[in-house]
Amino acid sequence: MAAVTSLGETPLTAPAKRPRGLQARRRRRLNLFRYVVFTIFGLFFLLPLLAVLRFSLEGNTLGTWTLSAWKQIVSYQGLLSAVEITLELAVLTSVTTLVLLVPTMIWIRLRVQWFSRPFEFLCLLPLTIPAIALVVGLAPVYNKIRHFELSALMLFWIYVILALPYAYRALSAGLNAIDVKTLSEAARSLGASWLRVVVQVIAPNMWQAILNALLLSAALALGEFTIAYTLLYTNLQVELYSISRNTPNASVIFSTSLAALVFTFALLLIISIVGRRRRRTG
Amino acid sequence: MEGLSRHYGPVVALDGLDLTVQAGELVALLGPSGCGKTTTLRLLAGLEDADAGQITVGGNDVTRLPASKRDMGMVFQAYSLFPHMTVRQNVAFGLRLRRVSSAGRDKRAIEMLELVGLSAQADRYPHQISGGQQQRVALARALAIEPQVLLLDEPLSALDAKVRAQLRDQIRRIQLEVGITTLFVTHDQEEALAIADRVGVMQDGRLEQLAPPTQVYSRPATPFVAEFVGLSNRLAGTVSGSTVTVRGRDLPLVDPTTPPGPAIALVRPEAVTLASESTGEAGPLTGTVIASTFLGAASRVTVDLGDITILAQLSTADAMEHPAGSRVALTIRPDPVLVSADKPAEGESE
Amino acid sequence: MAVTATSPAGARPVPPVRAGRRVRLPAWLGVTPFLAYVAIFLLLPTGILVVDAFRTPSGALNLSSPKLLFSSTVRSYFIGSFELCLISSVVGAVFGAILAYAIASGNPNGAMRQLYIAASGVLAQFGGVTLAFAFVVTIGPVGLLLHASWFYTFPWGISVIYAYFQIPLMVLVFLPAMDGLKIQWREASESLGCSAWQYWRYIGGPLLAPAFFGAALLLFANALSAFATIVAWENQIAYIVPQQIYLAINSEVGLSNLNVADVLALGMIIMVAIVMTGYALLQRRAARWLR
Repeated sequence: MAAVTSLGETPLTAPAKRPRGLQARRRRRLNLFRYVVFTIFGLFFLLPLLAVLRFSLEGNTLGTWTLSAWKQIVSYQGLLSAVEITLELAVLTSVTTLVLLVPTMIWIRLRVQWFSRPFEFLCLLPLTIPAIALVVGLAPVYNKIRHFELSALMLFWIYVILALPYAYRALSAGLNAIDVKTLSEAARSLGASWLRVVVQVIAPNMWQAILNALLLSAALALGEFTIAYTLLYTNLQVELYSISRNTPNASVIFSTSLAALVFTFALLLIISIVGRRRRRTG
Repeated sequence: MEGLSRHYGPVVALDGLDLTVQAGELVALLGPSGCGKTTTLRLLAGLEDADAGQITVGGNDVTRLPASKRDMGMVFQAYSLFPHMTVRQNVAFGLRLRRVSSAGRDKRAIEMLELVGLSAQADRYPHQISGGQQQRVALARALAIEPQVLLLDEPLSALDAKVRAQLRDQIRRIQLEVGITTLFVTHDQEEALAIADRVGVMQDGRLEQLAPPTQVYSRPATPFVAEFVGLSNRLAGTVSGSTVTVRGRDLPLVDPTTPPGPAIALVRPEAVTLASESTGEAGPLTGTVIASTFLGAASRVTVDLGDITILAQLSTADAMEHPAGSRVALTIRPDPVLVSADKPAEGESE
Repeated sequence: MAVTATSPAGARPVPPVRAGRRVRLPAWLGVTPFLAYVAIFLLLPTGILVVDAFRTPSGALNLSSPKLLFSSTVRSYFIGSFELCLISSVVGAVFGAILAYAIASGNPNGAMRQLYIAASGVLAQFGGVTLAFAFVVTIGPVGLLLHASWFYTFPWGISVIYAYFQIPLMVLVFLPAMDGLKIQWREASESLGCSAWQYWRYIGGPLLAPAFFGAALLLFANALSAFATIVAWENQIAYIVPQQIYLAINSEVGLSNLNVADVLALGMIIMVAIVMTGYALLQRRAARWLR
């Protein structure tokens, strides 16, 4: 067998600094690829948004700039109430989703592991069952509800279902990162009730995942159109749509859409940045 | 390897390392985390680039070659088996890349699996076998391609203690049987001392000592080696001339050029012997036995000398004559000692 | 199931143990709230529409209504839906995978990664009215960029628009699989002599394949249910099934069309069921390797 050796060999030249090696070259090529990809996709996603921004700042005559569209978000007829309702829906949806999922997921991990596969399946199902098809089955129920003059807030029951896939993924990632079993056993042995275990022991350790799930559910409520529209309720998106039918290119629709989008995006980004800083010092 | 250097920004991982491994030899690189041993291995494998230096294998300069052309077999710490292939397919993979015929691949794979004792598991998947078995498969896979060099990156660190000991001996046995040049990286000194032909102790990117295990243990070249390998008593004393005076005794120094003054001498427990304390007077080397740790044929006795504690290692029979609580007098065998790089704290004197 | 200790006299009174046997509740009861919720709001409506698809307006059983599914007009809607979904899911899957690779191969804590993941979370929801607005102003008649009527074409042009939320969804669903590729596999294969191409062919590819196709299926099903975008984009032209359902529910003709709606919805659900079964099977493989 050959030896790893350089005995007896005089170095040909003084071992000069060999500049960039192979791994470095490979890494550079990879980074080039990555930045090209990010730029192309970035442009693809940004351009329409920039167009929306441009239109939201446009005055009555072409070429002028004005912030009136943004100010109109609160003053435009009918829009404010739609925004309010939708925000309330967002809160209701996200809170209910959390309350429904967090204890259940913890419980499954601790006591009913065999259910985790079917559970995952159920949670992902709404991603694929067309909302529109769901509405068909729900229409009779909602017709009865309409009898009682309940507001669009009743939509949140379905929104929770729609939010399940996204919330599930976010919470699942958070639960995977901590040792649920050990934490809860330790807390229980110290005398904590299940409520305390969930709220004071486990939840704080996955606050990032929880916030993520919250935001994703809220984003869903903010962006939902199909069900509200088909069931003839008015939420933000439906209102925006009807404004656009009546007054095409009313700039307020652009400013509102962009506002909702940027708001959600900023919140998501803040959570992940704060989380990263915590992780580094933690 | 000659003059190997590698730095990550301001951090120097390897500082001009020179290392030569003889054919068929097993060299263990030992050291604390961050000492550069894994970096050395990865440089050799080609998974990282050297900033300076040269690597030669069998007379050929491989410094410029990519990892895939270096003809080395590597075993990682964990997770390196391909999960979607059976054990047999894993082992045969390297041969498949070399366009060996299907029959030839199979034959060699079975051969290798028999070598590591896992031919019964040939058609299992990695997640169906234990950690120790996975590492054996990894070994078989690395050897299947008949490499010139075998590289092992802390292969036992992720395993249970019992499995670790068994696998360690098995690796050595296989290495001797196949006769392959091997570089074995570990932070566990017991492993290194047990199986290596030579041990290289590393710290901060430098090789402190490269010698057979017995030498590294009994003739450490630097204070770091003395303290890292095996146990050392740290005794405050004073250096003058070529001896250091510790608690009234003069001990010869390994390095006669040690500057005079206060210093900490490193004394092995095996150099300390006990005798029953005959007179009632306290001396600098008299004290009480606090505890005795049974290690099998030998025992390690902890003695309280009042201001410090000392470890002594003697045969269990002798140790049993001085149970906890008994008064003893210590003698230090005059082996040459090393002096630590640290200086004694204020107030510490002999 | 705590152990109650008897308290010595004079200590704080312990609430009395309920009379009768202590009932050991089975663990699965803990998931009943969830199951109940899902049953009422997801499974029940699905059940209702499946049943109603087979009834006449007056409630009698009519097993022949599914034949509607095979009428030529309905078929064309389904084919239209199918085409659009297929194209947009392929496009979304391929490009989404490329983007996922770019994200996964970078710094785990890097800015780009966080940016793109947050963006994906938002944009995956973005289909719908807002999206249609955005594209109208980008490439519509008064568009910023250009007036490209190609984007009005069905199904290719609209697929590009669908890509806007399909790609982010792909990133969300597929990125974990990409992250699951361990470096050790790459390094081990390299030391055995693999070139980059060989690595992807023998190791990376096969390992990612189940997750990739599973995610693509998910994208397909997602496109199937995307309705809002089409409505806001081109509302009078009914190319796809969701629109038909909408029309069926809310048309003036009244309840008689509810069955049509049911049947169409049933057809969609069948498509989805097939897709989801495929997804579930693929996921089992992927999960085991890449977790």
